[in-house]
Amino acid sequence: MRRNQATLTDAEKQDFVEAVLALKRRGRYDRFVRTHQEFVMGDTDDGPRVAHRGPSFLPWHRRFLLDFEEELRGIDDAVELPYWDWTVDQDPEAAPWTEDFLGGTGRAADGQVTTGPFARGGGRWRISVRVDSRDFLRRSLGAGGVRLPTRAELDSVLALSSYDQSPWHSRADGFRNQLEGWRGVNLHNRVHQWVDGHMATGASPNDPVFWLHHCFIDKLWADWQRLHPGSGYLPRRPTRDVVSLEEPMRPWGDVTPADMLDHTRFYAYDTDEEEGEGAGAETETGAEGDPGA
Amino acid sequence: MDGHHAVRHAAHPNRRRMLIGSGLALAGLAAATPLALAALPENGPAGRAAPDGPMRFDEVYRGRRIQGWTEPVAHHGPGGGEHHRSGGHGHDRHGGGARVLVDGRDLHLMRNADGSWISVVNHYQTYDDLRALARGAVDALDGAALIPLA
Repeated sequence: MRRNQATLTDAEKQDFVEAVLALKRRGRYDRFVRTHQEFVMGDTDDGPRVAHRGPSFLPWHRRFLLDFEEELRGIDDAVELPYWDWTVDQDPEAAPWTEDFLGGTGRAADGQVTTGPFARGGGRWRISVRVDSRDFLRRSLGAGGVRLPTRAELDSVLALSSYDQSPWHSRADGFRNQLEGWRGVNLHNRVHQWVDGHMATGASPNDPVFWLHHCFIDKLWADWQRLHPGSGYLPRRPTRDVVSLEEPMRPWGDVTPADMLDHTRFYAYDTDEEEGEGAGAETETGAEGDPGA
Repeated sequence: MDGHHAVRHAAHPNRRRMLIGSGLALAGLAAATPLALAALPENGPAGRAAPDGPMRFDEVYRGRRIQGWTEPVAHHGPGGGEHHRSGGHGHDRHGGGARVLVDGRDLHLMRNADGSWISVVNHYQTYDDLRALARGAVDALDGAALIPLA
């Protein structure tokens, strides 16, 4: 069950943090940063795009988070990704930015995070996949006047009935692009900017909040599907430069957007049961999960 | 590195004027006439020839030299040749031919369909102008050196 980070117990926060630190220690965390960075730099509006600025933004990140979550569970099988609802938890001094969880904002002098488990001084979180010389985690929560999206702004995007539209990139209309943030009120991109530091760069998974942010984005896709049962992933047919419904996505090669549409094959969200009977029971079987991927 | 003493998040426009002159001795000259600085020797790593397309800007911002071009490198650029334009794994692979250097090092950048720009250090924020992108990168780098991209 993926839960709102605000509802985690102290022990659950600690288990999550320890599993993330263990992945880092074993050298497996940085592969995720590198993969993300490569896609960020490779996905373009006028060329092939998979992870960003195209329709497969959502299924790509769903699979990416699943991979990461599976790695965490290889260390501690009780751990699941929490999500950060940034329309509610907007205080830079409160969870998830507490000493026992992700640590706080960076110090004024150089943006360095000096509190919590991911502070450089703790010796457990050195930034190695990076574009500049600094090896410490950086943040400037809310710096530069960026404000986190409001629930009303989020609802205005959830109300869009079309999943995505031609030209399927950063200028497209529709739910995907407004959720991603290249057009409209700007949700996902703006949260990256609000956190700032590494989260504002292509190497954004260097900050563990990346996973909590994208877990919420993933949940919003599920929420949107329930609001628009008659709408589905688009494009359905092969389309130049983007991943259509049944085409494989890089880097996996054997995962299509169609495989990713139903999150209940893999996990539930803590709000799923509010929506009806089916989803929870289906998840219990776990039959279609693919832990070997 | 000249920018080490720069203050974080000094993004507002007057800041540039204040900091120019505290960095390179040449900075005042650059502010007055960008072309004058362009004629000065490269202060970047040796062997990095400037692209030969039309220059957009060449200035010192917060103690860092930023340069930008908008035309593709046709020849004798680092790793030069046509693949600059057609998807080689180069620094300006997605710049639509544009290139930005910070202290002589390439900043990976990308052009959006609406003509705005993003860079690898500000990847979720769009800039309408290449110079604004370069200055935004200097602000984000806060004195740190770019690591050359593979």
